[in-house]
Amino acid sequence: MSYTDEHPASSIAITDAEVLSHDAHAAAVHVDLDAPPTRKSKREWSTLVGPVVVFVLFIGFWEYMHRDGMRRFLDKKPSLLPSPVTVVDQAFLDKIVRQQLLTGLGWTTYAAAIGLAITIVLGMGLAVLMARAVWLERSIYPYLVALQATPVLAIVPIIYSIFGGGMESRIYVCVMISIFPIVTNTLFGLTSVDASQHDLFTLRDAGSFTRLFKLQFPAAMPAIFTGFRISAGLAVIGAIVGEQFFRQGQKPGIGIVMEQFRQKLRYPAMYGGLLIAAALGITVFFLFSWIAKLVVGHWHESTRRGS
Amino acid sequence: MNFARQDGTTAPTMVPQMGTAPALRFNGVSMVYPDGTHALSETSFDVAPGEFVTVVGPSGCGKSTLLKVASGLNPPTTGSVTVDSRAVGYVFQDATLLQWRNVQRNVELLAELEGVGRAERARRAADAISLVGLKGFEKKYPKQLSGGMKMRASLARSLVLDPKVFLFDEPFGAVDEITRERLNDEVISLFARQGFAGLFITHSISEAVFLSTRVLVMSARPGRIVADYPIPFEYPRLPDLRFSPEFARIAGEISHTLRGAHA
Repeated sequence: MSYTDEHPASSIAITDAEVLSHDAHAAAVHVDLDAPPTRKSKREWSTLVGPVVVFVLFIGFWEYMHRDGMRRFLDKKPSLLPSPVTVVDQAFLDKIVRQQLLTGLGWTTYAAAIGLAITIVLGMGLAVLMARAVWLERSIYPYLVALQATPVLAIVPIIYSIFGGGMESRIYVCVMISIFPIVTNTLFGLTSVDASQHDLFTLRDAGSFTRLFKLQFPAAMPAIFTGFRISAGLAVIGAIVGEQFFRQGQKPGIGIVMEQFRQKLRYPAMYGGLLIAAALGITVFFLFSWIAKLVVGHWHESTRRGS
Repeated sequence: MNFARQDGTTAPTMVPQMGTAPALRFNGVSMVYPDGTHALSETSFDVAPGEFVTVVGPSGCGKSTLLKVASGLNPPTTGSVTVDSRAVGYVFQDATLLQWRNVQRNVELLAELEGVGRAERARRAADAISLVGLKGFEKKYPKQLSGGMKMRASLARSLVLDPKVFLFDEPFGAVDEITRERLNDEVISLFARQGFAGLFITHSISEAVFLSTRVLVMSARPGRIVADYPIPFEYPRLPDLRFSPEFARIAGEISHTLRGAHA
């Protein structure tokens, strides 16, 4: 898949300058795909080492802040920042706390997933409408910008007073916070198709439906997946923001569980919740990178390295 | 010809053109773009079936506009173009392959848009792919192909509809010299085999002389035809033709006219 980039020497083998024998071309390409180069494994090794080093430094810094830094620099009690070991012990190895956190993770994922699903359908629908007519784009776009520019925390109290603090309210927050990237990325993808590719379809009298599904959507897929990935992360944030504001015990998500631990001054358990929330966000990011690679990786260049 | 004899008139010298409608006719075509650019001025010429006409001209003289008008993509401001638009094949400046389709599916595209059934278009695509020498590359994606191979795939895509008129918009401008010459050889052999009428745009004089039955020279903008050179060489034309004295003489003459047109 990536042989052209990694082996400049062998990519010469498939230029047209190599005369006539196309079977020889095919063989050359084939060999390239089969032979795993040594350089690649080297690169994988270095991509692993970097993050591990940073992780160790991070944990070390955390432990240091707990033991000494909190008092020395911030003049605060060390118990406000429990040691990573304590966090693992009291949050993840404690059966009851772990159960509470995992239930919270389940509800947060539920809210974020439904919110994201609604966002995707609504956002892509809006983008298709906006791509079809400039007047629609001009009519809708300013309000999307306004929605994006308004701090979500300023809207949350209004949602609370109208819809209450249940699951739907959390989903509304998810949709509001995550819709903008889907619309803009999809719209960008649909409208930035090469003019001569459009000409190709025009020459064959293709209708707008054919054009949309055989040209614009496939061409927009990389941009659409970029939108999905950004929006998925925002949907998780939206779910947790909603939970922390509404704080109601029904269907307690990770934000609510964290808030409960905070009120009881159970900081290690609270930090456990934080780590789980971070893990959810990271998982969602890599999940969508992976799906993008699966769907467009075989023809699109930039998804190869997953970001 | 028989008909002419019965009539008692003299046999015409240009037999193939006589009585057959031109494959493509420009009749006093002018083109002024909405931004005021005067691209074409009162252009008239015919391309007969079986003719391969190349237009050379200084860059920005409206050569590409000629093809946009011929294909119906842009209607002319005045004048008219007569062509059976269903039978037009268009080869773009760049290959314009759809990056998400492999070679096979790219070559099938136009037949797919015309509603040709799956089995039939697979068969036609296979034929076209082997005609342009891309056999074995059906499953490759455009990013895996060299520039020359992309152009071959683009040619194959147009061949699938078996066009009667082939429009080429400087198709080999972006590939290196060696590749360009090899692609020219292939266009020649396709032309000899398929018998389409060709209208080819280029700024390479040697490419023009090598490929064509006729070379038209265009003036600087607003473009119009200032000279019309018949090219006498027989087909099939072999690569070494490019080094014959006669070839050099004609190319020199066209070059001279072109310099005049530029001024």
